[in-house]
Amino acid sequence: MYVIVVGGGKVGYHLTAALLAEGHEILVLEKERQKCESITEELGSVAMQGDGCEVVTLAKAGTGRADMVIAVTGDDEDNMVVCQVAKLKFNVPRTIARINNPKNETIFKKLGIDEAVSSTQVIMERIQMEMPSHPLMHLLNLRAYGLEIVEVKIPPGARAVGKRLQDLALPPQSMVPLVINRSHGAVVPSPDTVLEAEDEVMAVTRAETEDALRYQFTAP
Amino acid sequence: MGCGRVGAALAASLDGSGHQVTILDLNAAQFQRLPSTFRGTSMVGNGIDQDTLRRAGIERADAFAAVTQGDNRNLMACQIAKHIFNVPKVVCRVYDPVREEIYHSIGMETVSPTLVISRLLRQAIDPQAVGTAPAAGE
Repeated sequence: MYVIVVGGGKVGYHLTAALLAEGHEILVLEKERQKCESITEELGSVAMQGDGCEVVTLAKAGTGRADMVIAVTGDDEDNMVVCQVAKLKFNVPRTIARINNPKNETIFKKLGIDEAVSSTQVIMERIQMEMPSHPLMHLLNLRAYGLEIVEVKIPPGARAVGKRLQDLALPPQSMVPLVINRSHGAVVPSPDTVLEAEDEVMAVTRAETEDALRYQFTAP
Repeated sequence: MGCGRVGAALAASLDGSGHQVTILDLNAAQFQRLPSTFRGTSMVGNGIDQDTLRRAGIERADAFAAVTQGDNRNLMACQIAKHIFNVPKVVCRVYDPVREEIYHSIGMETVSPTLVISRLLRQAIDPQAVGTAPAAGE
């Protein structure tokens, strides 16, 4: 695959290294000469100096034959324009943008950018996961199907403690494919699996029934 | 959005015609460009942030104009105004004629000062050449 990465900062650099290791053809577009030079020094001649928002630069980079354009600069407006220009002017089949402000996710989706990854959101969620009291974590959003995969930790004293999974009134279209127990490790539960305090429950649920699901596992 | 020379002049002119105007800029010092007679609201904030736009009253705005120095910022703010807040009239300054053409083709109302001014200068130099404007990217 031919992949163009716009932005040669930390994210761009490590992404390029990873994609190169997978055997893809990569070109990094980076405005600053110094960053370009250090990428070339460390990863080989995969960097080109230029503004990825400029059509001329994108044309020079061979965007017309790119399978994918990934914009990972620190500025959302630049990432947006890179992806839109790649799509509108060069018909690139797949565009991925990094979002720095999580509020921009909706507009990026609306504008036809195929995938918007919010680095801030990802970091926030990872940190939240390490907090002892997190009630419910989003692990994955399957937007196309209206589903999400979440993790709920059962607090001591919750009504669910000591109950069998089948005794809980889980919302419709929710299921529990995995329970992580402190002594038994990861268990694929059956309906009569008994829940314990501190169990970490992975659940598939619909976005609108997330609260009802959380209630079942955490209500005192 | 953007209280540079153009933004300040545009805001003052709209205000002078009796419209209710809010002007946004990241730098409060820029508001000194507004005339002392300006009755509108000036607000410090980033126009590509949806919450800032909301605070500026975009939900009941009839028109939105983005005239900062950054083409990409202007394009993003205008697309937010148009697609998230459904502002009826959205105009965008885009210096780069190539980018201007692309966004114009997807229905954005864009003005490229580069093209407009080169056209005017050309006419001033050679009045017979009216209408033979340079093409984008020329």
